[in-house]
Amino acid sequence: MSATTSGRQFGSPLFYRLQRWGVEALCLLLGAVLAVWTIAPIYNMWEIALDSHDDIFAGALWPAHPSLDAFRVVVTQDFWYLAHFWHQFGNSFIVGLSTMGLTLLIGSLASFTVTRMHLRNGWMLTNAALMTYVIPASFLAIPFYRIMQIYGLANHLLAVILSLTTFATPYAIFIFSQYSKSIPMELDESARIDGANPFQIYWKIYLPLMAPALVAVGTYALLLAWNEYLYNFLMLSTPQSMTVAVALAQFLNSDESPWNFMMATAILYALPPIILYYGFRRYMAAGLTMGGVKG
Amino acid sequence: MSVTQQALTAGRAVIARPARRALYGGIMGSEYIWAIAFALPYVAVFFAFVVYPICYGVYLGDQPALYAELFSDPRYLTAVVNTLIYVGVGVNLKMFLAFLLSGFFMRKRWWVKALLVLYILPWATPALPAYMSIHWFVNGQWGMLNNLLYFVFGIDGPVYLNDHWMGLACNIGAYIWKNMPFWTIILLAGRMAIPQELYEAAAVDGATGMRRFLHVTYPLMANLYLVCILLDTVFALGDFNATFFVSGGGPAMQTEVLATLGIRYAFTVALPRLGVATVMSALPVLIPLVIILMRKLRPSEGQL
Repeated sequence: MSATTSGRQFGSPLFYRLQRWGVEALCLLLGAVLAVWTIAPIYNMWEIALDSHDDIFAGALWPAHPSLDAFRVVVTQDFWYLAHFWHQFGNSFIVGLSTMGLTLLIGSLASFTVTRMHLRNGWMLTNAALMTYVIPASFLAIPFYRIMQIYGLANHLLAVILSLTTFATPYAIFIFSQYSKSIPMELDESARIDGANPFQIYWKIYLPLMAPALVAVGTYALLLAWNEYLYNFLMLSTPQSMTVAVALAQFLNSDESPWNFMMATAILYALPPIILYYGFRRYMAAGLTMGGVKG
Repeated sequence: MSVTQQALTAGRAVIARPARRALYGGIMGSEYIWAIAFALPYVAVFFAFVVYPICYGVYLGDQPALYAELFSDPRYLTAVVNTLIYVGVGVNLKMFLAFLLSGFFMRKRWWVKALLVLYILPWATPALPAYMSIHWFVNGQWGMLNNLLYFVFGIDGPVYLNDHWMGLACNIGAYIWKNMPFWTIILLAGRMAIPQELYEAAAVDGATGMRRFLHVTYPLMANLYLVCILLDTVFALGDFNATFFVSGGGPAMQTEVLATLGIRYAFTVALPRLGVATVMSALPVLIPLVIILMRKLRPSEGQL
C-alpha cells in the first residue's frame, strides 16, 4: 500500500485547492443548466396563463400586463369550453379515487393469497400481473374501446375506472408482494393458532402492517388515473361525462382558442397531482425503492 | 422455513419443497375457499380486461391482407423508422443522462438537495399540460424558445415543428424532459444502496476516480441499469402523449410513431382493423421484451 501511495506524484496543496474549486464551479454550472431546463416549460405555462388575450402573440419573455383574469374565467366557468369545468373536475376526482380504492382492494387481496396463503399455482397469478404490467396500455386501447361498448359502459365513468384499475393493479400486486416479505409469517401463524380465519388475518394483521405500501400504491394509482388522457378521451365524449384532461385537450380542436384560458386550465389541472406528490414524497420514494414504477 | 413452523410440522416430512409450506400444503376446506375468494377479483379483472381485449385485438388484426396494405403504406414505414429512433434515442440518451445525474445528486451540498426537489417537478406534472406547454414553447412564430434565442443571441430560430427531423427531436426532447427525473431517482436509490464500506475498501486498495467507478459502481449498478432500459423501452414504445401533444404527428403525419398512428387509423380514419394491425406489427419486438422483463422482474430475483 505504501508503495502505491509513494509511487504517485500528487500536486501541491494549491493545485489541489484549485482543482476542487474547478469541480465545484462545474457543478454549479451543471446545476444552473439543469434548473433552466427543468423550469422553462413550467414557466412558459405561467407566462401564457398570465398574459392578457392580446399579448399572447407579442412573443414576450414575461407578460407585458400580467393578470389573473384567465384564472377568474376558468374558476367562474365564464367560457363555453369551460361551462362544466367544476363538474369535470369532480369527475376526475371520482375516477381517481375509485381507481385508487379498487386497485388497493383487488391488489392487496390478490397479493395476500399469493404471499401469505400459498395457494397452489399462485405463481400463475403473479405472472399474469407481471405480463399486464409490461404491456403498453396504448396498444390495447382499440380493443378496449370495443369491449367497453360490448359491456354497455360507453360514455360511463365506470369504463375508465375499470380500465385504469386493470393497468394499476399489477404494480400494486408487485409492490405488495415485495413489501409483505418484511412482515414475519409468525404473526399469521400465531393468529391462526388463536383461531383467526384468513379474512381476520387479512383485515387485522396484514393490512395495518402494509400501511406504508398502501400509501405508496394508493398515491401511484390516484396519480395514474388523474394523469391519464387516452382512455378518458376514447371512452368519455359528452361534456357531462368528461374529465378535465379531455376538456383540456378540447381547446386544441379549434385554431382560434384563447390559449391563456387553456394554460390556466392546465395549471389548475396540474396542481392537485403536484401537491399530492410533494406531500407524499417520502412515501413515493419508499415505493420507488420497493420496486419499479410505471412512469 | 421458520422455527415455529418446523416445530409445528415436526414428525412429518419437513423436506417438502419450501414453496409449499406444510402448514398450508394443499390447503383444504374453508382455507381453500378463502384463498379462491381472495384471488377471484383479480382473476376476474384479468380475464375481463386483459385476456378478452388481447383476444379481441388478435381477432381484429388476423387478416394477412392488412399487413400487406401496411407494408406498402409509406406513412407506416415512416412511423416504423420514427418509432425506432424515438425509442432508441429517447430511452438510451435519457437513461445515460439520468445515470450521470444520479451521480451528481449524490453530492452532499444543500443546494444540490434543493435542486433535486425542483428537478422532480416535470415528473410530478401531468403529461398533458406539460406536453401542451412544450408544444407552445417550441412554436416557431411566437414560442418562448425562439424568443429566448433572439433575446440572447439575436438570431431567428427555425420553425421546429414544420420539419420531420426537428419535430421528432422535439418529441424525444419532451419525452426526456418528462421522464428523466423519475429514472434519475430510481438510479439514485440504486447508488445509495451500495454500502459505503465497499468504497472505503476500494479507496484503501488505491482505487479512485475511474477505477472506483469501473470496479465498484459499474458492476453493482449494471443489472439495475439494464432492467431500467428494458422497462423504459416498453414504456416508450407505447408512449402516446408526447407525440400526440408536442408535434401532433405533423407535419403531414411525418412524425407519427406506431402508438399514435394506430389510434389515428382506428379513430380518425375509422379503420379499426388497420389500427390494430399497426400496433400488432410491434409484437415481434414487444414479445421478447416482455418475456425477458418477466424473468427479470419476478419477485424472487428482481430487486429493482
